[in-house]
Amino acid sequence: MSNKVYSIKIGGMAGQGIKSAGLNFAKVAARSGYNIYNYIEYPSLIRGGHNVMQTTFSLDEVHSQIQSVDFLIALNQETINLHKDELVSGAGIIFEDEGKIDATACKDKCRLFAVPLKKLATEAGGQEIVSNNVALGASISLMGGDIKYLFDLIDEDFSFKPEIAEINKKAAQSGYEYAQTNFPNKFDSLLTPQKNANKKIVVNGTDGVAFGAIAAGLQYTAIYPMSPTSNILTILAANQREYGYIYKQAEDEIAAINMSLGASFAGARAMTTTSGGGFCLMTEGFGLAGQTETPIVIVEGMRGGPGTGLPTWSEQGDLRMVLHAHQGEFPRIVVAAGDAEEAFHQIMLAFNLAEKYQTPVVLLVDKNILDDEQTFPKFDYSSYQINRGKMVREKDPEYHRYVVTDDGISPRTIPGVGNHLVANSDEHNSYGYSSETISDRNEQVQKRLRKLETCAKEDMGKPILFGPENAEITIVSWGSCKGPILEAMKDYPFVNYLHINWINPFPADAIKAILSRSTYLLDIECNSTAQMAGLIREKTGIDILDRFLKNDGRPFFPEEIKDKINSIIKTR
Amino acid sequence: MITAAELATPNFPNWCPGCGNFGIWAAFKNAAVTSDWDNTNTAFVAGIGCHGHMVNFVKLTSFEGLHGRPIPVATGIKMANHRLNVFVFTGDGDCLGEGGNHFINAARRNHNITVLLHNNNIYGLTTGQTSPTTRKDFPTKSTPDGNPDEPFKVLNLAIAAGATFAARVYANDIAGLSAMIIKANEHQGFSVVEMLQPCITFNKECSPTFFTDNTYKLPDSYDPTNIAAALEKTLEFGEKQIPVGLFYKVDKPTAESEFPQIDAKPLVDNQVEKRDVSELLQTLY
Ligand SMILES: Cc1ncc(C[n+]2csc(CCOP(=O)(O)OP(=O)(O)O)c2C)c(N)n1
Ligand SMILES: [Mg+2]
Repeated sequence: MSNKVYSIKIGGMAGQGIKSAGLNFAKVAARSGYNIYNYIEYPSLIRGGHNVMQTTFSLDEVHSQIQSVDFLIALNQETINLHKDELVSGAGIIFEDEGKIDATACKDKCRLFAVPLKKLATEAGGQEIVSNNVALGASISLMGGDIKYLFDLIDEDFSFKPEIAEINKKAAQSGYEYAQTNFPNKFDSLLTPQKNANKKIVVNGTDGVAFGAIAAGLQYTAIYPMSPTSNILTILAANQREYGYIYKQAEDEIAAINMSLGASFAGARAMTTTSGGGFCLMTEGFGLAGQTETPIVIVEGMRGGPGTGLPTWSEQGDLRMVLHAHQGEFPRIVVAAGDAEEAFHQIMLAFNLAEKYQTPVVLLVDKNILDDEQTFPKFDYSSYQINRGKMVREKDPEYHRYVVTDDGISPRTIPGVGNHLVANSDEHNSYGYSSETISDRNEQVQKRLRKLETCAKEDMGKPILFGPENAEITIVSWGSCKGPILEAMKDYPFVNYLHINWINPFPADAIKAILSRSTYLLDIECNSTAQMAGLIREKTGIDILDRFLKNDGRPFFPEEIKDKINSIIKTR
Repeated sequence: MITAAELATPNFPNWCPGCGNFGIWAAFKNAAVTSDWDNTNTAFVAGIGCHGHMVNFVKLTSFEGLHGRPIPVATGIKMANHRLNVFVFTGDGDCLGEGGNHFINAARRNHNITVLLHNNNIYGLTTGQTSPTTRKDFPTKSTPDGNPDEPFKVLNLAIAAGATFAARVYANDIAGLSAMIIKANEHQGFSVVEMLQPCITFNKECSPTFFTDNTYKLPDSYDPTNIAAALEKTLEFGEKQIPVGLFYKVDKPTAESEFPQIDAKPLVDNQVEKRDVSELLQTLY
């Protein structure tokens, strides 16, 4: 029997500690032995806008946000107004008791738990922001959870400020006790601690990318901040001394990629990260890396475009951009990830690919992957091995940089070894000197492009098929759509899902084989032009006619995908 | 010891006969021979313009990048391996037009590199359009009725932005330029050497005689440590009124010295190794 997925939503004004409360609820659930998925929505304001964080949790795996809400913590009136229609019948609501929040609209459908949040927060010696922990304490009581997990988390959060920790713990305790005393019937035992559960990490794609880069031996990164990738640099900046790499904030994305290329040329394992707008500025440096054959990893975290677009919302609109950006032709490797765990492994792979093929490697992720936490078993990368590719580390009088080879890869060397080394953005001969002869041009273009053929043979991964080998309906998608698709599929044993995470080179044969044996194909993407379906058609000749698209910045919800599957079944 | 012969490449410069780049080329090679700059200790980055072709004519480790972007590449090289002498060859258009943001920000951060700015007051490679240092009213291909804009005062901009070494030399003063390049490299910090470069094809006004007639050496009594006086001196420009020499020099911590992780040895001297991130992962429970 499968276990139900529950959801709790915490809403309030930006600045009310919604994000930290949501994360701590999720970690309490994870420590109690549950799987979680954390979904955050926030406008591009620091303070004042409406913030919500949803934790879905279950004893089974959970892969995404869901539309329905079983329990609501309302720190402001807007939370009730905006989310009351999402509440299931019998849902619980915790809200401020002092008449400031009116929940009467929900009183017939829901169970109301009015708690004097602000009063208890103040009595605990805290500011109003501490209300979030009062509410968490009360929720844990109502759901039969163990408050100790929350105390531990507060201690860890404020390990450098024990007096603040005490205030927050006191606030949580008073919320817990208030609920124990006033609501003896409780809500539902949703958080009963599980004995002997395997504890999992609560991780988002930002952690995945940053920790993966550090694990893969990152040595140099220059980054210019841009949502939704800025938190990557926050982690990288904070850990550089400990792990011995360099992070430097560049003056713009053009500098960020050129600085990283300079460091890479000098021999450092290098990367940069950005979002679509920043990638536009990096476009020229992207091709420079291809032409000079300088390794570089570029993380592109997609948000809604074009222009400034939807800075704090997600989209899968940049697939075609990273595939085609820059004039002329050069080998670019593009991989994608569908969740935090994949992002961790893909970035580690990206470093090896960049150095082996001496060319730019893009890791495409999106805002949902970067921001949303999910439980996973602790990442295991014991099988990972660093591959720096062909490298000449001794003085070699015969050395020339762009020597023509069968696999397209010419040995690198680094400045300081003593070899004369020219990296040239102008077309060049095998020594690196500028040359416009027909033979040099043809040799060098073909040598560079051969690297992609080698990569397709030696390193290209296969797409991942979830569900049965043969299915009545095959869903095709990529990126963060993976989560809601897997969540929806729990109810449909005759549906499978083809998850694409290699984009260039493209595993066309493997994809074609899988798509050819399905009777119905459904493409799902968070963009309005079905960019992946177009790529599949270009590479395999298969035209996926049914395209379920969404481009409002919000992720797909499993409920929407289930409705779509139901409507396909009905009409067939 | 490196010799002039060892710095030679199979390529002969494709600059116009009489171009100031020949003087710069000779001065840099002299400086390299004098200071023993070779492929074990030196790298240079070139922009795009006539100056950028330098990579083909000096047999030292080099990177010819994009128009306007040599400075970020050079700072990346320096942060990754601060043992290297790192030079940038850049043009007035490359450095101050396309790449102006990099110039001022790298100066502000005081990266320990030497920027050799080929100032011919024109876009040479693209055959004669106005540049950020072209004088007002000068007619060019892109300003046939005379340049409507005021030029940058290069060293004023450099010092204001934070450069810790600012000098000007006439490109055909090979001995003087050679000595100044050595001095600029010895300086620990962001060094700018503005090289007054005749472009005999596209800027007939800034000819060799114009520079020899109108430049004068800063006197021995001039104090290059006084920033206010230096900024004022950089404003001086006119008939017989173009000062050359070291305008400003101050010692300040370099960008590279701000990273304790490379105190002991350059970044690239560390092996790239798989790191254990259990401690980081532990924070996620
Ligand atoms: C992105 C980009 N824009 C424009 C050009 C064309 N371009 C090449 S060199 C140059 C100007 C060169 O002027 P300067 O930097 O003063 O160098 P010079 O040739 O005078 O040495 C231009 C506009 C280019 N190569 N790349
Ligand atoms: Mg010029």
